[in-house]
Amino acid sequence: MRRRFATITAIICFAAATFASAQNIATPSQNAVGSPSPWTSWKNVAIPALPAFHPQQPAKIVLKNGMTIFLQEDHELPFINGFIIIRGGSRDEPAAKTGMVDLYAQAWRTSGTATMTGDRMDDILEAKAAKIETDGDTGSTTMTWTSFKQDFPQVFGMATDLLLHPQFRADKLALAQQQEATGIIRRNDDADQIAVREAEILAYGKDNPYARMPEFATVQAVTLADLTAWHDRTVSPNNMIVGISGDFNKLEMETKLRAAFDSLPRGVKFVPTPVTFPGPTPGVYLAQKSDVNQSNVWIVGLGTERSNPDYYALSVMNTVFSGGFGSRLFQAIRTRLGLAYSVYGAYGASYDHPGLFYVAAGTKSVSTVAATNAMIQQIKELKTTPPTETELRNAKDQLLNSWIFRFDTPGKILRQQATLAFYGYPADFIEKYRAGIEKVAAADVSRVANQYLHPSKLAILVVGNAPQFGTPLTTLGPVKTLDITIPMPAGMQQDPMGKQ
Amino acid sequence: MLSTMRLRMLRFIVCPTVLAGLCATFLTVMPLWDARAQEFATIEKNFSQHVTVKKLPNGLTLIVCNRPEAPVFSFFTIVNAGSVQDPKGETGLAHMFEHLAFKGTKDIGTTDYPAEKIALAKVEQSYAAYDAEYRKRVGQDPTTLKQLKAQFDADTAAAEKYVIPNQFTQIAQLNGAVGVNAETSNDATQYFWSMPANRLKLWAYMESDRIANPVPREFYKERNVVMEERRMRVDSNPIGYMIEQFLATAYVAHPYRNPGVGWMSDISQVSATEANTFHKKYYVPSNIVVTVVGDVTATQAMPTLEKYFGSVPTGPQPAPLATVEPPQEAEKSVTLKEPTQPFYIEGYHRPAYLDKDDAVYDAISDIMSNGRTSLLYRSLVRDQRIAAEAAGFSGFPGSKYPNLFAFYAVPTPGHSPQQMRSAIHAEIDKLKTQGVTDDELAMFKTRARAGILRSLDNNQGLAEDLGTYQLRYGDWRMLFQQLNKIDAVSKTDIRRVANQVFTAKNRTYAMIEFAPSTPVKPASDAPAQPAHAHQGGR
Repeated sequence: MRRRFATITAIICFAAATFASAQNIATPSQNAVGSPSPWTSWKNVAIPALPAFHPQQPAKIVLKNGMTIFLQEDHELPFINGFIIIRGGSRDEPAAKTGMVDLYAQAWRTSGTATMTGDRMDDILEAKAAKIETDGDTGSTTMTWTSFKQDFPQVFGMATDLLLHPQFRADKLALAQQQEATGIIRRNDDADQIAVREAEILAYGKDNPYARMPEFATVQAVTLADLTAWHDRTVSPNNMIVGISGDFNKLEMETKLRAAFDSLPRGVKFVPTPVTFPGPTPGVYLAQKSDVNQSNVWIVGLGTERSNPDYYALSVMNTVFSGGFGSRLFQAIRTRLGLAYSVYGAYGASYDHPGLFYVAAGTKSVSTVAATNAMIQQIKELKTTPPTETELRNAKDQLLNSWIFRFDTPGKILRQQATLAFYGYPADFIEKYRAGIEKVAAADVSRVANQYLHPSKLAILVVGNAPQFGTPLTTLGPVKTLDITIPMPAGMQQDPMGKQ
Repeated sequence: MLSTMRLRMLRFIVCPTVLAGLCATFLTVMPLWDARAQEFATIEKNFSQHVTVKKLPNGLTLIVCNRPEAPVFSFFTIVNAGSVQDPKGETGLAHMFEHLAFKGTKDIGTTDYPAEKIALAKVEQSYAAYDAEYRKRVGQDPTTLKQLKAQFDADTAAAEKYVIPNQFTQIAQLNGAVGVNAETSNDATQYFWSMPANRLKLWAYMESDRIANPVPREFYKERNVVMEERRMRVDSNPIGYMIEQFLATAYVAHPYRNPGVGWMSDISQVSATEANTFHKKYYVPSNIVVTVVGDVTATQAMPTLEKYFGSVPTGPQPAPLATVEPPQEAEKSVTLKEPTQPFYIEGYHRPAYLDKDDAVYDAISDIMSNGRTSLLYRSLVRDQRIAAEAAGFSGFPGSKYPNLFAFYAVPTPGHSPQQMRSAIHAEIDKLKTQGVTDDELAMFKTRARAGILRSLDNNQGLAEDLGTYQLRYGDWRMLFQQLNKIDAVSKTDIRRVANQVFTAKNRTYAMIEFAPSTPVKPASDAPAQPAHAHQGGR
């Protein structure tokens, strides 16, 4: 899938990083002789108060048909950017057609409209350095666009046309299906990708919409009629949130949006499919991969939702546990034991469903069991060893001092308000967050650690090369080997050499 | 963490128009063009008024860019030394040092530096003794080796008693730093994060302190961490592994042939003493540009910045690299058989970024690769449906020295790397014989302009661009002025460069072919001796 190819590009780009020129810099060499060293103690560096900051909030408009609009003026650069979030996502697609929303999101834009093909849109937009894109997520689909402000009328017109008059085309659905198939057939190539996927499957269950995977059969089952039906079901003004930021005048923009959207009839309210979360079946799980010398270890369970009143205490707990270089997990696994480069974890909190609780690390094959035990030990200690004064203060400082980065650009503020509105959270959720964190005491952290963490209910996943483990995985308990074979449809007998 | 300005731009820019009938559209765009050139000039002028550059007496360059959108700032420190500067037998050292730069200073990360200094000297001594015995080809004595290892372990433990683990990074994070990180490329090493504006002085203290006074504490543990990083990025990642083999094949002499993370045997034997030597030689002020962007004014900040960064001790400018990759005289290749889906990449040697045709390469990669109007997408992905992704790009694996223009393609199920190769060559041949259209070229230029403007909208990206352009060209204004070179690119240039560079004998390719059997990768990294493998992990 597209996500998978981004990974490939990222790997290539990793090697491709920077440039520089030595020759261009002249070298006056003269020492700062005589002046005393300025590095006497970092503790003596004065920190002035942060100036009060009241960022501009976007204007909110709700049309009579239920469409919610946020407008954020930002005159720094001559561009206008917009997005539309539409309720309903892959969580709500039929299990037998898993992957449908992803196909829809690709084919929507590439197909184009009744009067203009997607290819033609590409030509027109790219000549203007503009874009219109569509995307799919678990709970929503989105349309985004960007252009020079001069091109806004034309680009917005095209976006609206695509929103209201799409025409799904067979060749573009086929193309999307092929992209999807490429993602499926490649999904076991990278150990890290296997680990993330199988961890989610263990925590949520293999049929849970937040974990289930598209297969050749489910992707091939999707028809053009499915895409049209999905569009008709989801795209109505009362299921949409529109956000626009950039170099425009709010009132003029409101007029333009009203002209485009006011007359749309209200549609049926989208009701998300109910989903149950029984949590993982505890145990030790192995996904065998013979071409690696490093194990991906994931310990997983269910997290919580952000609306949970304990969200603040859990956030502080997370920071003590795994929030950065000073956290217990990082200090123990990476710094003290040198067992991993990559080590992370969190008691995840999503807006509208339980997040993932996970503790993960990549460690050389031979230290797989040692690293797993060290990770389990850290989870247990979180319950038995309350945060010290210093740990608590540090965690809160870290959260509170970095808080400003949640709203340091007009675009972020806009996105955030739209997200809060989408999930039905109060508009002042971010301000409340600060107060919520300030109130957390050490006892709160202990309480939530004991209330929410249950080591015996967690699943342990290892993706690695078992013959190299040294200490066998069975020392952690009975091991269940996962079958990660990719189901191949009849008639598509894999010729992995790719010969024609 | 690793986008260069160019790679980032490409994502925003580019994508040609292929339709022949677009002349009308093109003509109507023309009048706007002038207006946009005007607008670009105005933005450049306004922007320039907010940028201050100062070269300090010790040779370090400071850039301050005032962008008071919110009370925050981002910084970007770029050191003109990357993996290319790794000494022979010490590949991975520039990257290893980058990790050390987070381990603290004489003031930060220690409970008692004078005592720690003595303890660390002992560690180096006992490591050298161990290493000398370990590397003996003849007459290595297992008992002696074991004793020396025990001594080394004891000295390491003694030194660790003084360590406050991760204090440097922790201070940053407790003070609200986000995006704390660094990256080592072949050409440079860079450090960056963002912080609330009231922490500017604290940051200036910390950043200058670690440039001037880094302490290689916990070095040998960090070495294990870096070996895990290698296992993750290269050994356990088929494409990472293929890229490593590809570059080692394409280059015979220039250090671009070595992986930035280092060969496992080199990483597993590198010492803190070697890291110190690297720092002394390359982290001299004249080799460094520090950029701050955000709610910071030059008038207020400069005195503080000068106080700290001006105190970094000066040193001689390191000599430029002598090695030049000799011309390639015949096609080369690597074919890997792995239990993993097929992949194809090929590369052609091209000159370094200062070459007069640099913008022509940008034009080619944009027109060939960027977005759904690109030639490779339309041919391989959309029309032939043999690839899920196909692109060409240059500046690989760096730009400072002559580098590669590479093309790659990800086959869809049932298609082979050989098909990717033929299809890519067909597109290259069209480029050589027919060239590109006026529309495609115009589109590239429009997108380049927009890409530059769009890059001005965030502190961290801007700090990276200003610092990188200052280091690369001696003047950050090239960020805008590159547009002149872009505008000068002609259709003739594109055909000329394509014919010159994309030739069979100048080509190296690598491919992965699926093989159900399992290649055995070494379980432990290193040099054959078990004692070491045990000690160093790898």
